Amino acid sequence: MLAYTIRRLFLSLVLLLVMSLLVFVGVYAIGNPVDLLISPEADQKEIEQAIVALGLDKPLWEQYVIFVKNALSGDLGRSFAFSTPAVELILQRMPATMELAIVAMLMAILLGIPLGLYAGLKPDSMPAKAIMAGSIFGFSLPTFWVGLMLIMIFSVQLGWLPSTGRGETVVLFGIHWSIFTWDGLQHLLMPAFNLALFKLSLLVRLTRAGAREAVLQDYVKFARAKGLRMRRVIGVHVLKNIMIPIVTVIGLEFGSVVAFSIVTETIFAWPGMGKLLIDSINVLDRPVVVAYLMVIVVLFVFINLVVDLLYSTLDPRIRVTGSAA
Amino acid sequence: MSAIPSAVESAAVERSDTPWRRFAAAYAESRIAVAALVVLVAIIVMALSAPWISPQNPYDLAQLDIMDARLPPGEQSATGMTFVLGSDDQGRDMLSAIFYGLRISLGVGISATLVAVSIGLALGLVAAYAGGRIDALIMRVVDLQLSFPAILVALVLLAVVGQGVDKIIIALIMVQWAYYARTVRSSALVERNKEYVEAARCLRLSPARILFRHILPNCLPPLIVVATVQVAHAIALEATLSFLGLGLPITQPSLGLLIANGFSYLLSGKYWISFYPGLALLLTIMSINLVADQLRDVLNPRLAR
Repeated sequence: MLAYTIRRLFLSLVLLLVMSLLVFVGVYAIGNPVDLLISPEADQKEIEQAIVALGLDKPLWEQYVIFVKNALSGDLGRSFAFSTPAVELILQRMPATMELAIVAMLMAILLGIPLGLYAGLKPDSMPAKAIMAGSIFGFSLPTFWVGLMLIMIFSVQLGWLPSTGRGETVVLFGIHWSIFTWDGLQHLLMPAFNLALFKLSLLVRLTRAGAREAVLQDYVKFARAKGLRMRRVIGVHVLKNIMIPIVTVIGLEFGSVVAFSIVTETIFAWPGMGKLLIDSINVLDRPVVVAYLMVIVVLFVFINLVVDLLYSTLDPRIRVTGSAA
Repeated sequence: MSAIPSAVESAAVERSDTPWRRFAAAYAESRIAVAALVVLVAIIVMALSAPWISPQNPYDLAQLDIMDARLPPGEQSATGMTFVLGSDDQGRDMLSAIFYGLRISLGVGISATLVAVSIGLALGLVAAYAGGRIDALIMRVVDLQLSFPAILVALVLLAVVGQGVDKIIIALIMVQWAYYARTVRSSALVERNKEYVEAARCLRLSPARILFRHILPNCLPPLIVVATVQVAHAIALEATLSFLGLGLPITQPSLGLLIANGFSYLLSGKYWISFYPGLALLLTIMSINLVADQLRDVLNPRLAR
């Protein structure tokens, strides 16, 4: 287990380095920052000073060396637009994104698993068919369009829910939270549901497939023959056995929820790091784009690592084959 | 193993004996799938014939009148033309804009998928047939690519290369090829060890011939299913990127751009500018997904029919 963990850690580091190179070379090929960031009225001397100040006069590889060196000390450059450290800017916005992503994921889990279980245990009933039809919709509807329709129905037509921003927040442990105020919760509901819908459909399908397979197994028959109540058989025996793939998917999908929050945040003007990314791309604020990508890469590598390790704890069979390979 | 299901099958559908007919009969078993196919064909016909069936050319500025801007569905323009689905902020007929938008969305999605399939097919076959280091290298790149969500990869690529039809097609190819490479490799690995390949080797056929004439056709069914699903994904992704303002330029409005264009009017109750292009997008994606679902069932040899 220790050797496996160490090798996974090493692999993660290599991945980080490769990604930093790809991200840097890619993003530093966008447009000409000199035209964009320095006011057109500036004279030649001011432009040159600005170029030196921003480090844009050095060759690309040297800019990369500086970038890596600084990245290791937690400095990913200053935002051209805000003139604050890019990482700081992103970390400021991160709690909003994380709050949205976690609430969305919880929504998907708390609705998806029971619905999927029901659809799997009574596959021919009308509600089960409705659930499955709904999950096809959830897969097919583009996230951004669902967001627009939610706004159209609940904000414009019915006027029940606010459509933009985070609402009132409270500070807890030094972080702003929307979920602990009534106003914030109202603001959170639509974006979180919007983000949750796709994962909800995925979990419904996954749970249903797992449940349909599990109820045919001998251990279920045995548990029933032992005289256990159906509730216990499903709640303990079946659920335990179908949890392994579900936990993996939840872990892996969390990263994609964070990525997709870019779309949801843009629609609902949620002040998270996804909206910051889109704004930064639009004004070619490259340090912020690079910093966002590096933060996301670190997050993804970390999530993958946790899922892998969690998976091998949940299912000992993986550990054996995993360390042999 | 394969002899028994095929015997059962030929007994069940006795008269339809050609493979194509058997396929069609199996497909037609689901009414929803047939309906989805009809809708999909209708959408494709609409997209292809857009210049002839549209009430106006939505991008010929001479035909637009700013006085007709943001009319609700059913209103008439100053010249007496009826805006069946309303008009947008420049007095453009939404129905015509949707026909043209479908053309661009489908064109981008399908062409990107075709190129990505070719690349994935070639790399997947090479990986499976060559094995060893080449296989490991290709599959590591595939793993790396697939460990990041498509939308993130596409966003970054577009941030790098800028906007345009060609750029977005490149981005869609980049996020798709890995799926095909993986699918083809896994089925080619299975096919490679089958007896007919051994027989072909005994006949001393060249590796290229074995690969392309013998293994390749047997890898196609799963690839077709994945490609159909991916066309839908590509269209949705393009729409999302265009919505975010990173996809197509305003001169070539796909459905996503039309929706984005109506977003600002949504809050003032002018729903039709966003709603109808979205509905067209939804119908397109859903019909493709339903067709793909049925194709998966029909083409899957394990679900012996």
